[in-house]
Amino acid sequence: MNQKENFFKGVLKENPLFVSVLGMCPSLAVTTTLENAIGMSVAVFFVLVLSNFLVSLLMSSKKIAELVKPVRIPVYIVIIATLVTIVEMVTHAFVYNLYVSLGVFIPLIVVNCIILGRAEAFASNHKPIDAVVDGMGMAAGYGLALILISLVREILGSGTITVWGSLQVNLMPVFDFLKIQPLDMFTKPVGAFMTFGFLLAIILAIGNKRQAKLEKGSAK
Amino acid sequence: MSNLISLAFAAFIVENIILTQFLGICPFLGVSKKRSSAIGMGLAVVFVIILSSSITWVLYHYVLVVLDIEYLRTIVFILVIAALVQMVETFLKKISPSLYKALGIYLPLITTNCAVLGVAIININNGHNFIEMLVYSTFISLGFLFVMYIFSMMREKLDLAPVPKAFKGTPIALIVAAILAMIFARFGGII
Repeated sequence: MNQKENFFKGVLKENPLFVSVLGMCPSLAVTTTLENAIGMSVAVFFVLVLSNFLVSLLMSSKKIAELVKPVRIPVYIVIIATLVTIVEMVTHAFVYNLYVSLGVFIPLIVVNCIILGRAEAFASNHKPIDAVVDGMGMAAGYGLALILISLVREILGSGTITVWGSLQVNLMPVFDFLKIQPLDMFTKPVGAFMTFGFLLAIILAIGNKRQAKLEKGSAK
Repeated sequence: MSNLISLAFAAFIVENIILTQFLGICPFLGVSKKRSSAIGMGLAVVFVIILSSSITWVLYHYVLVVLDIEYLRTIVFILVIAALVQMVETFLKKISPSLYKALGIYLPLITTNCAVLGVAIININNGHNFIEMLVYSTFISLGFLFVMYIFSMMREKLDLAPVPKAFKGTPIALIVAAILAMIFARFGGII
């Protein structure tokens, strides 16, 4: 497998959110605006890439790997928790608004199944460079999924697209032109579950169709 | 006393941990296919949340604050939770094999359940004192058990329902959860 395939499998074929359905909690909680989704994606990107790199570096030495094997999960957790603490401090110091709106979900990156899952399933038995590319791909796939959900929720829920801070696109004229109102429901938990459910169904439907096509092709 | 009652009610229904705070979604979708496993998971979570919140609260206020190292909170809490879950598992195996049989398989999953770490952190962030912490953790975890139970019954019925192919499995479960969340959101007016 070359690096390009390694990267894109995380984005499409093994997308952590839409295919493996991992790391659901933040995907529902912080996707009320695009800004939050971007912030969360950046935080996950940082933690996932570095934790993959450190874990694979640690496990690439046979001696240490042998030693660490029985207690590897706590070791991974300490590595991840350290990185998350760095993210927590940096966001607190430089982007305080984001720190407040993401709230408890920044420390909860520690228990995000994607990160521990990649450490155990991929990074622990691959070379550091492969692990980094894998982490980038997975984080990119996760980030794109978060951005997709947040776009749907923000446009339908409040009629705006908040990219970053005051950089905001107001879609109210479009809503006025169509004589409809944004539905407040989409910014609430109800909208989160519903948006995710429908997006997942759409993606499954596309997947099913493609599979059927492939089978038809191979039958011929 | 009255504020404790309203705290308990808020934790149980209005700020329900799954449906309004989005913590513990993975077990909510993962182990809610059968009623018995939903109850097992729920009980294990109640047990671990109450125990871990008490320990982390004491540790935070009497060790981390005293030594002025509050920033190590996340690392310390997750290690305490991981060690605690392991300990509870070994302990249950020795003391009560029947309880271990019922909860055993769910215990290792709890370490990465964000509800446990989430409740520990929320207790600190909201500045609860010890009694409030105890009430809050008890009722929020009972809320988890309650919603898991309701949801597992709905999913057992859902298995028999004619569902469009693309919606089978997780998507329809999420939409049912959305309707459940709608009901819970309406309770907000009570307080």
